[in-house]
Amino acid sequence: MLKDQDRIFTNVYGLHDWGLKGAMQRGQWDGTKAILEKGRDWIIEQMKASGLRGRGGAGFPTGLKWSFMPKEVGERPHYLVVNADESEPGTCKDREILRHDPHHLVEGCLIAGFAMRAHTAFIYVRGEFIRERERLQAAIDQAYEAKLIGKNNKNGWDFDIIVHHGAGAYICGEETALLESLEGKKGQPRLKPPFPANVGLYGCPSTVNNVESIAVAPTILRRGASWFSGLGKPNNTGTKLFAISGHVERPCVVEEEMGIPFRELVERHCGGIRGGWDNLKAIIPGGSSVPLLPASECDELDMDFDTLRGKQSGLGTAAVIVMDKSTDVIKAIARIAYFYKHESCGQCTPCREGTGWMWRVMERMARGEAQKSEIDTLFNVTKQVEGHTICALGDAAAWPIQGLIRHFRPEIEQRIDEFTRNAKPAEAPLAAAE
Amino acid sequence: MTCPASAEEVAKRVTEIVEDHAGREGPLLLILHDVQETYGYVPGAAVKVIAEKLNLSRAEVHGVMSFYHDYREKPAGRHVIRLCRAEACQSLGGERLADHARKQLGLDWHETSADGAVTLEPVFCLGLCASAPAATVDGKLVARLDEDRLDAAIREVSA
Repeated sequence: MLKDQDRIFTNVYGLHDWGLKGAMQRGQWDGTKAILEKGRDWIIEQMKASGLRGRGGAGFPTGLKWSFMPKEVGERPHYLVVNADESEPGTCKDREILRHDPHHLVEGCLIAGFAMRAHTAFIYVRGEFIRERERLQAAIDQAYEAKLIGKNNKNGWDFDIIVHHGAGAYICGEETALLESLEGKKGQPRLKPPFPANVGLYGCPSTVNNVESIAVAPTILRRGASWFSGLGKPNNTGTKLFAISGHVERPCVVEEEMGIPFRELVERHCGGIRGGWDNLKAIIPGGSSVPLLPASECDELDMDFDTLRGKQSGLGTAAVIVMDKSTDVIKAIARIAYFYKHESCGQCTPCREGTGWMWRVMERMARGEAQKSEIDTLFNVTKQVEGHTICALGDAAAWPIQGLIRHFRPEIEQRIDEFTRNAKPAEAPLAAAE
Repeated sequence: MTCPASAEEVAKRVTEIVEDHAGREGPLLLILHDVQETYGYVPGAAVKVIAEKLNLSRAEVHGVMSFYHDYREKPAGRHVIRLCRAEACQSLGGERLADHARKQLGLDWHETSADGAVTLEPVFCLGLCASAPAATVDGKLVARLDEDRLDAAIREVSA
């Protein structure tokens, strides 16, 4: 279990002062200037050595991402963009940072901006986050007032932070869609390459990072890369905010070491599964876009990128949705399918048509109103969508359904059997019309 | 402001808003946010003005507007209840609560009551998964909802 002195987010529950004074008492903004004085190469080297993997879901090494930025500023300025468009169902970690520990992020922006030679950071906060935006803006204003950021600040790197807020589109959490949205356009993802590090915001070199990735950076640099890489497991280092929701006694957001066993996570921090461990049916380990895992896989399950990937799921944003035996798991996935159908931006045909198609079939399967052969058809269609779209939304729509079919096929078949057995002749034309 | 303004007034006010954002790159979303804050929705007359001022086609402005869920083309009711319909809330009775809300208000999603008092909207994940089910009432967050708490909120806005 993570020791208290190893926690990065010391105010995640909002028990202390979120403001600059409280943040400084908790050790933030300490020696920021000294960190900057050690130079860009040192910062990027330390970030690489810490093994920090991006906290937005894909788990791409943060230090490596920073190093992709051009080494010299050319005609075009560099930009840092922070992705606070946390919209994935189940994920609620960034919100706690924005609300209770915003100075981690503000300081992180300065350091990351310096390392990438950017004088401006844009923080894209999701439209539904109202309080969070106000709190973040207040924290930024405090930092300006204390001359920690802004022109001619104490830290010696001119830096502006601009808070931008979205307007309720999930897809804007995708990095290139986010850039489009910042430019005032429809949030439709761009084709890569060119990657944002070359052609990003307003055509300038940009790096898009998740809130948590940026917020942990100052503490890593203060305490040293070896401290961070000493926590967790090899290649899955450090601490991570886990957000556990659903059928546990006490849903919570908690900072823990990477690779903590799922059972320990739930029993130590959440008071266990509702109705006891044996009442567990399935979990979605990383926000709604990753495949679910049945209870049988959860006994010995380490919560980290590589273990979960090995089990054909993923850590994603570490937003664990727990479902006990009262859950209608087919309906739950149908629901997620609806979400992705609703949020598809409509740019790529496999996603635009496929998400709707998959949802309609899932709705029928939730009622049992289907043929067993359709299960295979559905699986094939998810394979047609996966990997054939510009962004990962197509994959995100396909994976939950693949997970369901992989692990709960008997349940789907049973549902179909029950429906067939009880089907009344009068309903047959309706079913055919569907 | 919910009373409909005349097209000239809208044009004048929107021009001011656009000028506030002059010199920024890609200010369309910011302008639309401000217009919606002023009128509670984005009037058709505003789209024309914005398109002219930003040198965009009306189709482009309309495209952006209809892409994002937050922008309205029609005024909402005086109060807006947005119920979270995402997975974590559902696992704690969100579905039942949604049915209850629709029954109590006599409204379906995106509908406004006949007296213009309440609009009911779905929303996907307010980030309050740890204290589900959640909703916002006029932008104010309410969590750990049950039928009684929801009824109280409905009584308050319907009054």
